[in-house]
Amino acid sequence: MDELVAKQAAEALDVLNEHTLRTVHWHFSDDTGSPFWLEKKQELNFDPLTEVKSFADLKKFPLFEDEWLRGGPIRRWVPKGHAGKPVYVFETGGTTGIPKSRMVIEDHWKDYELFSETLPEAYFPKGSNWLMLGPSGPRRLRLAVEHLAQHRDGICFCIDLDPRWVVKLIKKGWMEHLEEYKKHCIEQAVTILTAGHDVKCVFATPKLLESLGEALEERGTSIAEVGITGIFSGGTEFTPQWTRFCVEELFGGSPEESGVYMTPTYGNTLMGLACSKPIRAEDGYKISYYAPQPRAATEVVQFDDYNSVVAYGETGRVKLYTLTDEFFVPGFMERDEGEREAPFDLYPWDGVSGVRPFHELASATTVGVY
Amino acid sequence: MITLSPLRWGKPYESLDFKDVVHFDTGQPIARIGTVGGGIVGRDIRHAEKARQALLQLSPSELIRRCKHAAELFEKGDLKVGDSVQGVDDFVHQQSASTGLPEHMCRSNMAKNSFVLSNIDQILDCLTRGLELSIFSKGYGEEGRGVIVSYQAQTPVLGAVLPNNSPGVHTLWLPAVPLQIGLVLKPGSQEPWTPYRMVSAFIEAGIPAEAFSLYPGDHDVGGAIMAKTSRSMIFGSAQTVAQHAGNPNVQAHGPGFSKILLGDDVVDDWENYLDLMVESVLSNSGRSCINCSGIWASRHTKEIGEAIARRIGPVDVRPPSDPEAQLAAFTVPAMATGTYAMVQQDLAESGVTDLTAEFGEKLIERDHCAYLRPMVVHADSPDRQVASKEYMFPFVSVVACPQSEMLRRIGPTLVGTVLTRDQPWIDAAGSCTEIDRLNVGPIPTNRLNWLQPHEGNLIDFLFRSRAYQIAEF
Repeated sequence: MDELVAKQAAEALDVLNEHTLRTVHWHFSDDTGSPFWLEKKQELNFDPLTEVKSFADLKKFPLFEDEWLRGGPIRRWVPKGHAGKPVYVFETGGTTGIPKSRMVIEDHWKDYELFSETLPEAYFPKGSNWLMLGPSGPRRLRLAVEHLAQHRDGICFCIDLDPRWVVKLIKKGWMEHLEEYKKHCIEQAVTILTAGHDVKCVFATPKLLESLGEALEERGTSIAEVGITGIFSGGTEFTPQWTRFCVEELFGGSPEESGVYMTPTYGNTLMGLACSKPIRAEDGYKISYYAPQPRAATEVVQFDDYNSVVAYGETGRVKLYTLTDEFFVPGFMERDEGEREAPFDLYPWDGVSGVRPFHELASATTVGVY
Repeated sequence: MITLSPLRWGKPYESLDFKDVVHFDTGQPIARIGTVGGGIVGRDIRHAEKARQALLQLSPSELIRRCKHAAELFEKGDLKVGDSVQGVDDFVHQQSASTGLPEHMCRSNMAKNSFVLSNIDQILDCLTRGLELSIFSKGYGEEGRGVIVSYQAQTPVLGAVLPNNSPGVHTLWLPAVPLQIGLVLKPGSQEPWTPYRMVSAFIEAGIPAEAFSLYPGDHDVGGAIMAKTSRSMIFGSAQTVAQHAGNPNVQAHGPGFSKILLGDDVVDDWENYLDLMVESVLSNSGRSCINCSGIWASRHTKEIGEAIARRIGPVDVRPPSDPEAQLAAFTVPAMATGTYAMVQQDLAESGVTDLTAEFGEKLIERDHCAYLRPMVVHADSPDRQVASKEYMFPFVSVVACPQSEMLRRIGPTLVGTVLTRDQPWIDAAGSCTEIDRLNVGPIPTNRLNWLQPHEGNLIDFLFRSRAYQIAEF
């Protein structure tokens, strides 16, 4: 790490420490905290209000259990400081059993406004229209992408995909139905893209993006030819190989050659959206994600000690922290593993690359759902 | 360590994603395979016609000549496979190390694949029922009795989602090449060796490289091959077969449920057939669809089962290089423990007896693999669940059933060996649609006559017989 980046990283840590302090005080103060955390405070063997002085002190909390998110009442998560505001609920999972629910007030807007700042204007021109090709329903994606489009003075067209039905189709082995459902979604997307709506930007999950490109080519056109210049993709695992295939074969070359730019993202209902370091052929299409610090942070921790980060370049499990005034997650063990990445000038804090399902859970996970 | 790369119409593709192939016993990596996703497969298959066009540049007889050369190279030569030169011993070691098959079984599967290719002219003669191959190449021709026949290729390429651990089944796709149909193969993640070596042998023998694609990868690659090719074959479980039942574009090969049926006229002399029964159950570690999983007779079933148990019950785990090794490892230990749990469930049913109980522990667990030692069970009626089971290790149920009920109760049977001289019963077996390959007389189920078409004739699958009329004008 060069000197300048080291200095930026130190400054970013200061910001994170201060933000952590503020967030903990908000969530554990009687007049602003949520019923859930105020109740939890009674079980802790320390006082968060006096004993959390930095981000590192969050390790005093027990790990956040996603089971806490299953079932209601959802109101117990709403901080008293936000009483009276309209509340959204977004869900994740839910193929079997009770889905995990997270209440949101404005975090999804703020996350995507921050993300908006990372999008290069040349490929995501302000005022252009968007297509949202992914899951809506109880997920935050539709509202978030739509807000992103509106925030950038555009209008968002939406196609729905129900990932819970997709998982069921896969588990039942109904692959023909799966193909037909995918076609059904893609046909709607192609219709929008070829109906004169001047759509330049797209959100799509990797699999749907691949299918969209294929469907357009079968109709004698392409992603570039229908006028798409900016693609924001996420929702499932990215690999360098898949990214290379997209850039080299589906788009027709690097952004400079093809006019199409893609940004992979990593995120979920708990954390928000982590952006990737710009991907380049020279780096072997390596994908490194950086959380939107200080609103959220990720660490890559040792498999046998979730409180110790691994060295740069080494492999560990992804741990995330959410530090907004709406939601507080003091260390949640993701179902992913990856390599710890060093800060760089654009994002002077730790990142994670090579994200893939955590090897001990991998066999039980249905990956690539949508 | 050898690196295998995907092959896109003959051109190696440097993938950025690699999967390790590991040694079944030590867990040490022995190869790394570059993988692709389904998107690449879909894009490439749009150009599949070029594969057939490349093969059509050579006559069927020339392709047959080159196939025979490829057979020799496959079985005896040093070949460029991935980034290494692979000798025969390398191939055998690698295949044994990743699949858990004893080395002598790898050699015998290698010989089986080579045999089919070196006798490809006779095999095609049999598959086509003696038609001139030019008819398939040109699309029509004279059948030999003044009649024009026409066979139209239904696909420029044959797709195949290949199995992980059964090197013998590759014989099924080999005849596509001299029929001028290209190949789009997804190699098994633990057994990439045969398709890679075979394709290398084909290319080395002068068959156009553009005819071959090899796409290692995850499930979406198999899905893309099956969705994008007009004709494909897949190897898997009964569930896989059921999933593709009735789909004319897919030939699904699953468990065989092969059986030996003893007629009432010979069953008192069952000892004469003991060797045949043991071979049918035990060969190739019981892994093949042609291994016998059921022996049916109206009487003496306990004695038959006990005699087989005495022969195969003591068979134990030996090192893969041991020429006497009879058992293949389960490279995924959970497969063995899961299978054993199912067997335990079978044994819990009243009327079912384990005849190998006295020969010690059946489930042998190691650090990275597991073994199941041979088992013989007795079922006092075809009503017992175990009568319709097949497992991936030497396992047979000896089922007591009156001869008069046998043919309507055996269920799907890939190979049926019927031991009888009772002509009406032989005729009934010939009419029994549950039996695919019928052996009348003492032929072990695992002994295939390669000059008889396997189930699902490849010609019927790849070509359509149709009318073709020509008038002079």
